[in-house]
Amino acid sequence: MDLRKLVERRKLTDRLFAALGICCVLIALLTLVVLMGDLARQGLSRIDWQFMTSFPSRAAARAGILSAWVGSLMIMLVTVITAVPLGVAAGVYLEEYAPKNRLTTFIEINISNLAGVPSIVYGLMALGLFIYQLGMNRSTLAGGLTLACLILPIVIVATRESLRTIPSNIREAAFAIGASKWQVVSHHLLPYSAGGIATGVIIATSRALGETAPLITIGALTFIAFLPPPPVMSEPPFVSFQWLHDEFTVLPIQMFNWVSRPQPEFQVNAAAAGLVLVAMTLSLNGAAIWLRYRMRKRIKW
Amino acid sequence: MNAERTAITHADPASTPKVSPRVVGPFKAEVRDVNFYYGQFHALKNVSMPFVDKRVTALIGPSGCGKTTLLRCFNRMHDLYPGNRYEGEIILHPDQINIISPKVEPLEMRMRIGMVFQKPNPFSKSIFENVAFGLRLQGETNRRVLADKVEAALKSAAIWDETKDRLQKGARDLSGGQQQRLCIARAIATEPEILLFDEPTSALDPIATSRIEDLIDSLRGRFTILIVTHNLQQAGRIADYTALMYKGELVEMDKTVAMFEKPSFKLTEDYLTGRFG
Repeated sequence: MDLRKLVERRKLTDRLFAALGICCVLIALLTLVVLMGDLARQGLSRIDWQFMTSFPSRAAARAGILSAWVGSLMIMLVTVITAVPLGVAAGVYLEEYAPKNRLTTFIEINISNLAGVPSIVYGLMALGLFIYQLGMNRSTLAGGLTLACLILPIVIVATRESLRTIPSNIREAAFAIGASKWQVVSHHLLPYSAGGIATGVIIATSRALGETAPLITIGALTFIAFLPPPPVMSEPPFVSFQWLHDEFTVLPIQMFNWVSRPQPEFQVNAAAAGLVLVAMTLSLNGAAIWLRYRMRKRIKW
Repeated sequence: MNAERTAITHADPASTPKVSPRVVGPFKAEVRDVNFYYGQFHALKNVSMPFVDKRVTALIGPSGCGKTTLLRCFNRMHDLYPGNRYEGEIILHPDQINIISPKVEPLEMRMRIGMVFQKPNPFSKSIFENVAFGLRLQGETNRRVLADKVEAALKSAAIWDETKDRLQKGARDLSGGQQQRLCIARAIATEPEILLFDEPTSALDPIATSRIEDLIDSLRGRFTILIVTHNLQQAGRIADYTALMYKGELVEMDKTVAMFEKPSFKLTEDYLTGRFG
């Protein structure tokens, strides 16, 4: 009898906790749905070909996000191209090559901490370093490098976490056949951890995509009514790197600009730009999930 | 067992050589006064013993006796971790190289001395690439030669029939026993001079174990084989020579049959009869 009562009570606790959990999940989900719904209600009708292919304008109806999304893509390109090789190499070094001593531990702790530094601090650092010290103008290059610094710690941590999931007996197997450290890294560890690293990079990129503060800090413009010359041309010199040196804007900055205008038409534009931004972020995250799923199926320990 | 009988049956450890005179050459390798330290821990103490060319030698002893430590000296695996230190010599014949000398390149030794581990550890690559890896490391790029040598290694490791139709499939999809035979194929593909087995069947079921034992038996005469095992019956079944280690020292080394039938020392008899270990 007593035993049955005990069981009943425990089952009740179980059910209570399940209900509580469902409530928490619903709160999180509903917030997201309401946010997205609100954005969509305001902005969805504004998204059309004209909106995607027009420069910003003083007239809300003629304004568009062409320079903003092109700017976002260019910035991301610079960010990924610089942050990924640096971050992966640093991660591999720390995990596989560095001697395990106090200095390494100190560096590791600091890298983890760097991942938590507010993004505006990176903006200040970039303003001082890239703009004032190195004399760059407020260009795509400077912006991309700023965000590269921001995501570098995330890439390093993702690389190390990914390397750590490879069992040590796999390393020993490769070493025992006579592989050098670099052969172990390049033939085995990097291929096996590529999925995890790519997932980390994509998630870091989707975070960088939404960053506004550090780019405003280094002086990104809010009104860009031109595109840089295309990187590949049909006549000599065929390639142009002018886009690296031109001024830029990005989607969240364009959005911020419109939100701060008093006219309600611009609020609609801001909502539409927000929708585009969310769509880009979600598709990046979706790609990360798909990649992780694929790699988990292919690599098994 | 009473003291009187012990005195009659067993030799005096102080005056009898640890390595029986029945262990005769030609030797492939000779361990001479090897001491090994994991940091402060003295794991091997003045170990000296020979390994007969193209024969199977089993290293037995209770956990922590140093048998795996000795095995891993041969391919310098201890160099992968900081704080480890070797003393003494392991002479590799016929070149007379001291394997554990700091002047000898560990990578070279690992290419000449193959190893099979306790837990099957194939790479997460295709069956073919697992076996081809060692050959590629040794500079083989000719596709025909690679294919021929991979096939020969898989045949020698008695796994060709199960894998010939799926060479490009993932090695990790094989069963545990098949994975271990694949690891043996990977180790013998480069025709190493010595093969090291570190408890190769302790993660396998009895049927897979017996297939591995048959395989090791078939490799006798082609390779000098050192096998660490916890399983005394296994040593009795496959080893020509057996060495018992205890607390980092060699207790006794002899022909397996002789040692199992009439151990020279009381310690050996106690271990073989399950009185400790």
